[in-house]
Amino acid sequence: MNHTISVLVENEFGVLSRVAGLFSGRGFNIASLSVAPTLDPSVSRMTIVTSGDEQILEQINKQLNKLIDTIKVIDFTGQDYVERELVLIKVNAEEETRAEVLRIADIFRAKVVDVTPRSYTLEITGAPTKIDALIELLRPMGIKELVRSGPVVLGRGSKGWKGSE
Amino acid sequence: MKKTGSQILLECLHLEGVDTVFGYPGGTVINIYNDLVDSPIRHILNRHEQAAVHAADGYARATGKVGVAIATSGPGATNTITGIATAYMDSIPMVIITGQVPTPLIGNDAFQEADIIGITRPVTKHNYLVKDVKDLARILKQAFYIARTGRPGPVLVDLPKDVQMASTRFVYPDTVDLRGYKPSFSGNVRQVENGVKMILASKKPVIYVGGGATLSDASPELLAFAEAIQAPVTTTLMGMASFPKRHPLSLEMLGMHGTYYANMAVTESDLLIAVGARFDDRVTGKISTFAPHAKIIHIDIDPTSIKKNVRVDLPIVGELRDVLQTMVKKLVEHDDEVRELVERTAPWRAEIAGWKKKYPMSYKQTGAVIKPQFVIEKIRELTNDDAIITTEVGQHQMWTAQFFDFSQPRTFLTSGGLGTMGFGLPAALGAQVAFPDRQVIDISGDGSFQMNSQELATLVQYRLPVKIAILNNNFLGMVRQWQELFFDRRYSQTCMELPIDFVKLAEAYGATGLRATTPEEVEGVIRQALETPGPVIMEFKVAREENVMPMVPAGAGLNEMVLAS
Ligand SMILES: Cc1ncc(C[n+]2csc(CCOP(=O)(O)OP(=O)(O)O)c2C)c(N)n1
Repeated sequence: MNHTISVLVENEFGVLSRVAGLFSGRGFNIASLSVAPTLDPSVSRMTIVTSGDEQILEQINKQLNKLIDTIKVIDFTGQDYVERELVLIKVNAEEETRAEVLRIADIFRAKVVDVTPRSYTLEITGAPTKIDALIELLRPMGIKELVRSGPVVLGRGSKGWKGSE
Repeated sequence: MKKTGSQILLECLHLEGVDTVFGYPGGTVINIYNDLVDSPIRHILNRHEQAAVHAADGYARATGKVGVAIATSGPGATNTITGIATAYMDSIPMVIITGQVPTPLIGNDAFQEADIIGITRPVTKHNYLVKDVKDLARILKQAFYIARTGRPGPVLVDLPKDVQMASTRFVYPDTVDLRGYKPSFSGNVRQVENGVKMILASKKPVIYVGGGATLSDASPELLAFAEAIQAPVTTTLMGMASFPKRHPLSLEMLGMHGTYYANMAVTESDLLIAVGARFDDRVTGKISTFAPHAKIIHIDIDPTSIKKNVRVDLPIVGELRDVLQTMVKKLVEHDDEVRELVERTAPWRAEIAGWKKKYPMSYKQTGAVIKPQFVIEKIRELTNDDAIITTEVGQHQMWTAQFFDFSQPRTFLTSGGLGTMGFGLPAALGAQVAFPDRQVIDISGDGSFQMNSQELATLVQYRLPVKIAILNNNFLGMVRQWQELFFDRRYSQTCMELPIDFVKLAEAYGATGLRATTPEEVEGVIRQALETPGPVIMEFKVAREENVMPMVPAGAGLNEMVLAS
């Protein structure tokens, strides 16, 4: 089962490899990882999707917490959160499939961000399951290339990671 | 007033109370070495950077202070890795300073450049690349704080040459504020109370002590705790000297080469109180049969070591000294119940006493060949109670653990976690620098000794009277033992075929060399070595195929001990 964890870290060089190294050095799996600065430029936020049994997950949480640069670890397991992922898909759009691609894009509220006589590039954000569904529908048309950002998540409700302010 | 980076470094070390550093110079630390001339800090010139780090480590283990080592960039820095990893595995507080190529050259494959930050990331508690001299004082303050607080460990500070040369106004911060690093000190009171309840309900409690007890200087508290509840105490290799080995409650060491009674007691126990121990596989044997009937209380400063290998019924995160103190206080409040407990557990102690009598740790010195255990026993008899013993890694290390009577904390320095051959000699050197007047003895194998034998030069140069006992079996004994027991005596690459004249080697360095080839000569050689000023090598030609027993074969349970070969 996949688990999503947010890690707030000092925005300093080397922190990413410290976190990534922790996973690789202990044989923990990273399914996806996204990282960028927060509203406070001295803090970066990582969203990590990982998998493992309860004991591994407990170790991952503790080990992340143990890093000197880690400010906070939020494990979203069993919590209510908003999850979004961005994907760009370059898909074949020949004479006979152009309309179909546009129709699917429309249903999924995807945007066409680049057009050539032979392809469309679509942008979509949504829950990873929705993105998976879109990809499956487009696959028969011929996907030339795609890139996924990996999910980012925020807990639901009015509180921020520091609690209510 | 403005100061250069290298001056700031030395000033910070001084303000942190560092009086001695170990190291080896080179191009990217030449500014530091230049300023050392005017600094009150003493520098010990080792002959290899690995040894400099082990020496700083030995200094730290013997004193409890932060050890400091300096190395140049590139090969100097990479030579420190084994030393750093050794300290990391045993949680030793250290600060390692490495030189780095000037910042504009970093990442360009400059001469003697290595990404030491990247290389040491998995073996340091934390590390820093200082890019601006203005950050240097703050970083050093943090480095020392991180190294010595919480679960201690090595911190590396990589210092580019141009940062050493740049100047800034020097202000040493009074406090450290790291928002991501707030080590907990006292244990959760509720948890401690629950722990006391579990103890008061137990019938067969055992206390299992690891290196954490030494690291938090908790020996007096541990003794008070064990005596209060009259529970038997077993220690790991690292926990060894933190509880007096000849105490009536002592079960000595558990695990692969532990005592029969320690391993049986753990197997039969109904409550295991783990104190600063991390359930290493050398200790637990097969996990599924480890302490199968016991509830487990685990007291540790480091939450990651809890529930890593075994299930734990009650975790208590906190500084051991503090937690044990609180425990003892709480026990006093339950005076009557404690008395009941002690009465109830009397049969348990009697059962253990029976095992001790039936299966003591033993060997026999017979015949004309020296038994290695005999040498250890003689060294024990002839040295002071507060002698500092270091070891290398191998059979000699286990025999030292088995046959020495450690009774004072910080008197047994050994590489437990990483098991680093070549550790003992430089560690002894570091301990002797810290305590010039105490007996410091490195107990070694012929294999391990050759891993850092160049440090004889350092001993002689600084007149450090370390005594080195080489138990020479002309084998990489511990590996040979495994080959004998588990590989049908196929001795692949474990025979050290070239017989080395260690006496001559000592003399070549200007040290004293002595040799014993018969049991009768052993005592005389040790006496003479202890009376001889300066460093001495004692070479003992010992039984070549002696085995460390008892032994729990790898993968077996603690109760499946083999008592003799
Ligand atoms: C640096 C290093 N390399 C290899 C080993 C593997 N090893 C463990 S014990 C041992 C043999 C040690 O031989 P020696 O120092 O002669 O001691 P003895 O076992 O004979 O007492 C070896 C090779 C190690 N622990 N450390």
